[in-house]
Amino acid sequence: MACTLGFLLEKEFKQFFRDPFLPKMAIVFPVIIMLVIPFVANLDFKNINISVIDYDNSPLSQRLIGKIDHSSYFILRSMPKDFGDAMTQMDEYGLDVILEIPKDFEKQFQNSQQPTLSIVANAVDASKAASGDGYLKQIVSSTISEYVEEQGYITPAPNIVVRNMYNTTENYRFFMIPALTVMLIIIVCGALPALNIVKEKENGTIEQINATPIGKITFTFSKLIPYWIMGLVILTIALIIAWLLYGLVPMGSLLIVYANAVLFIFTISAFGLIVSNFSSTMQQSMFIMFFFIMIFVLMSGLLTPVESMPEWAQTLTAFIPPRYFIEVMRAVYLKGSSFADTLPAFYRLGGLTVVLALIAIWSYRKRQ
Amino acid sequence: MDKIIEVQHLTKKFGNFVAVDDISFDVRCGEIFGFLGANGAGKSTAIKMFCGLSRPTSGTGTIAGLDINRQFEKIKQHIGYMSQRFSLYEDLTVRENITLFGGIYGLSRSDIKAKAKVLLEKLEISHKADDLVSSLPLGDKQKLAFSVSIFHHPEIVFLDEPTGGVDPASRRRFWEMIYEAAESGITVFVTTHFMDEAEYCNRICMMVDGRIKALGTPSELKAEYGCDTINDVFCKMAVTATRQ
Repeated sequence: MACTLGFLLEKEFKQFFRDPFLPKMAIVFPVIIMLVIPFVANLDFKNINISVIDYDNSPLSQRLIGKIDHSSYFILRSMPKDFGDAMTQMDEYGLDVILEIPKDFEKQFQNSQQPTLSIVANAVDASKAASGDGYLKQIVSSTISEYVEEQGYITPAPNIVVRNMYNTTENYRFFMIPALTVMLIIIVCGALPALNIVKEKENGTIEQINATPIGKITFTFSKLIPYWIMGLVILTIALIIAWLLYGLVPMGSLLIVYANAVLFIFTISAFGLIVSNFSSTMQQSMFIMFFFIMIFVLMSGLLTPVESMPEWAQTLTAFIPPRYFIEVMRAVYLKGSSFADTLPAFYRLGGLTVVLALIAIWSYRKRQ
Repeated sequence: MDKIIEVQHLTKKFGNFVAVDDISFDVRCGEIFGFLGANGAGKSTAIKMFCGLSRPTSGTGTIAGLDINRQFEKIKQHIGYMSQRFSLYEDLTVRENITLFGGIYGLSRSDIKAKAKVLLEKLEISHKADDLVSSLPLGDKQKLAFSVSIFHHPEIVFLDEPTGGVDPASRRRFWEMIYEAAESGITVFVTTHFMDEAEYCNRICMMVDGRIKALGTPSELKAEYGCDTINDVFCKMAVTATRQ
């Protein structure tokens, strides 16, 4: 068996490197993704349009407006005279946030009362509204506490302090890069195997193979191992770019990253092979694979947190292999998690690896 | 003489369509056995059942003494198969294809190397050994595919329309190779619709609509149907076909 596997691997590698397109793509693809996407896929909102209605016109309100104006997050668009005016602007132009400072805002502080500020956010773009709201709260609370301290008043409201843990600069790129490597691996090591066996079916070569005494396990492994190696090479290229270009290095051990990748690549390639085994044309397998890549990307926590999904969807994500890979990548890169911390994710991913590998072997049929 | 193929009541259905309908026959060791029939008569389906590529719907049989329903993977160790479609790897060279299939059948690298050298010389393509198979002319491709299918010296080789689309000179050369293989002790099971080729076989079997309509040596069949050539016998048979 070991001997036969050698012959088959030789064949797979020769076919891969002889392809005029694939070997180049396997290098160019991760490089481009890593060079471009971290700059463009950014949920770190800047340039939020704000209008402030100042009914108070006091030194405190002026100070607050000054801070907002100077913040890199906001662009102070206008100072409408009343709320109706501001709402018209929100309707007509792309105003994102309105801050309303009530009359006697400063005076209420002086009288130790609890003043109320109102923030109205345009939630058409929900995430922009949420971050605008968040930034604004921070600015308001820091301005007020400054003011309160200067004037020596008793603090009327609890001070809001937001501290970002782990990704202290709140650099969205650092959040995205570990996950982008996952995308790369899904596309290269998931889609290529999905096309592989089905290509042999279309060319008729599988029939010759099936008429030989070749073992199902040997054959399946001969298809998996090349992608295993390819995936690790691609991951390495991506991690080197992350380090050189973005200065991102894992807080934890690189060994965990690779151990995790070894499992994940194997799992996703096995998944690709299963798709290939069940398809009879490349068109079919490509179509099925597109569907699953979409599910993997949107349900794995790559773009949106798994915790904010409905209960049933969270249960489903347990069967989505990239979920665990992303979890571990982010944990090791940003939190510096240890092997023990990531062990539950390892167990679950390992379970999926075994199950998918078995299905890949089982679904390869030598006899119709 | 020992029997290398023995099948009884072998049937293959695809849904309601009966591709192979209750065939029973046997093939003796060392024979060149011709399997004749029009397109769609069920020849390829039958061959695929013998080679363990297709599961029989019903019926029993043995190939090289092994049960086709239970030991189909073991059978593959003892047979060679050349499919109707050219099925070597076009993106590998001649030598790489030989090495791959030699390796799959468990030959050692040194054995493969030595045997490949002899084979390439015999096929007169030594100078093309490192060319991609896709660049070979069809005649050479077919001869290579045949040589690869008997490279591990199986007990029996199944050839599914091996000479389709090949010029008469190449066909003659191909049949010389079949005779050589038979002389070296390999039983040959060959399907064809060239009736002149049928005359080269020891025994032939004619399939019409998935059933065996006639079986015997070419001269027996000609005598039985009162014809001068197998071609005439075939034409008499073929008119009985109802299947399109």
